[in-house]
Amino acid sequence: MAGSTLASPSAEPAVAASASATAVSPGRETWRRFRRHKLAMASTVVLALLVLGVVIGPWLWPVAINDIDFSAQLQGPSWAHPFGTDDLGQDILARMMYGGRISLSVGLAAMVVATTVGVIIGALAGMSRKIVDPFLMWVTDLFLSLPQLPLLLLVIYLFREQLKAVFGVEGGVFVLIVIVIGGLRWMPVARLVRAQFLSLREKEFVEAARAQGATTVRQMVNHILPNALGPVIVAATIEVSSAIIAESTLSFLGLGFPPDIPTWGRLLFDAKDQLDTAPHWALFPGAAIFLTVLSINFIGDGLRDALDPRRVI
Amino acid sequence: MATYLIRRLLIAIPSLLGISVILFTILALAPGDPFSEMATNPNVPPEVREAIRASFGLNDPIMVRYLRWLGAMAHGDWGFSFASRINVDQLILQRLPTTLFVVGSSQILALCVALPVGIYAATRPYSVFDQIANTLAFVGFSLPTFFTGLLFILLFSVTLDWFPFVYRSDIAAEGWRWYWEMFRQAIMPITVLGLFQAASYTRYVRSSVLDVIRLDYVTTARAKGLSERKVTLRHITRNALIPVVTLVALQMPAVFGGALVTEQIFRVPGIGSLLIDAILANDTPVIMAVTFVFACLVVLFNLIADILYGWLDPRISFS
Repeated sequence: MAGSTLASPSAEPAVAASASATAVSPGRETWRRFRRHKLAMASTVVLALLVLGVVIGPWLWPVAINDIDFSAQLQGPSWAHPFGTDDLGQDILARMMYGGRISLSVGLAAMVVATTVGVIIGALAGMSRKIVDPFLMWVTDLFLSLPQLPLLLLVIYLFREQLKAVFGVEGGVFVLIVIVIGGLRWMPVARLVRAQFLSLREKEFVEAARAQGATTVRQMVNHILPNALGPVIVAATIEVSSAIIAESTLSFLGLGFPPDIPTWGRLLFDAKDQLDTAPHWALFPGAAIFLTVLSINFIGDGLRDALDPRRVI
Repeated sequence: MATYLIRRLLIAIPSLLGISVILFTILALAPGDPFSEMATNPNVPPEVREAIRASFGLNDPIMVRYLRWLGAMAHGDWGFSFASRINVDQLILQRLPTTLFVVGSSQILALCVALPVGIYAATRPYSVFDQIANTLAFVGFSLPTFFTGLLFILLFSVTLDWFPFVYRSDIAAEGWRWYWEMFRQAIMPITVLGLFQAASYTRYVRSSVLDVIRLDYVTTARAKGLSERKVTLRHITRNALIPVVTLVALQMPAVFGGALVTEQIFRVPGIGSLLIDAILANDTPVIMAVTFVFACLVVLFNLIADILYGWLDPRISFS
């Protein structure tokens, strides 16, 4: 408020100063509201532990992921192998920590791709007053009615070899999976952003910006987008969990990462034929996927409550 | 009604064409070659291989190939499976009923769970029942189908030995026994898929009932002295179902994706497992046709949703 013209001469500067002292930043206000959602808070702790586990875990548990030991095949959990071993005697805990890094980073990277594409398409459709909007929405609806999993399988199978040559085995599949998952999941974000833009672009503050000569790009980026960000953050959070599920599904079908890279889905794929003799092999990676996805979904729910200005908490 | 149907059908055609263009572009850009095996086979001279390629039209420009493929699809001539050595349409027709049976039953199961739970939870918002249902719904759609499938096999097949975990299409039994065996083997795939969908549907039903329940006409219905049961079932539910129909239709791609995974886990011989087999065998015509059938099914269910929408909501005029 400091430096602005007073609305009326009678308004005391001291009153304005005390008002600005009690005002809290939007970030802190959101955090206050988010803390009220107990399950979301618990989920944040669980997710933080999982992330810490896969990031610093390999230093605390320095066992090689491909350390084959035929004397310890298919053993249940023990002190030597907390999560047991697989059919080659490899340590499942070490493999899960390695695979978790990949599963989580695929989730995050695919979310960034999906959100970026969604925001750009939604913003263009929401700002246009001509043919661009109906056309982009037709494309969005078209993508929404595509059978995503079959298409994912198709694209990954067809293009895997080419990208392997460019980015190397691991990198090629990573880039491919991230682009394809992100490229098939931007539609909800685009619809959301378009709806926000349609209503916000008629608001007075945008009109004021337009009257002051702001270009369309400036109106979109500096004025409308920050106000449309709440629902986008929520959608992006949920996007991470669905990307993790999508990557695990591909790996589970044996068509994701190559066999020597133990992502969580791949561990389940390897374990599914030994369910009767070694159930722990499937249970630990499955539980890891479930816990990650569940906590991300709860965090998304908490953010939805915290970022919705109409909701009184 | 007839004009409405025709208009919806006409709207569906551009989306089918769009889907076919996307599919064809992906396949045309891909490096895989159905005749790569022949290239490494010394018994096939290059000129013979070229002749075969030309006879299949693989050397033509891409637009010509697309139009020819589209024309053939429209004629019902879906090509010849390289791996199974029979026509693709026959192969798909063999597998399609199983997929439709599993998907259809799981959707019915999902709605049978989601409707009562969602409506009951919404009529008592923030009660203990509502909170438990909400948490369970979160757990339900955070559990991926491949993990629930494995858990079900572990619990009901390995530990309890109640149900078989491999789906067989050739059950050696007659009459009632056949139906019983069929039911026993179908129960796990249908439940896995149904419960996953039920979780998200419950949330849709709950939120749309909550939107309707505060409206004035509901108060009017109560003021007339109608029983609470009648108000809920006749007045609230029918209007609350309108957005649910759209959301269920939007879930169709996810449903078929889930069906693909479930078919693979329980070895159900549907088109989902056919697709994976075809991908592993580089069987291009089958991959193309199955993906297109999946897309057609999604468009078909969207069409059904549109018609249901009109039936549920008299404000939408058919003319």
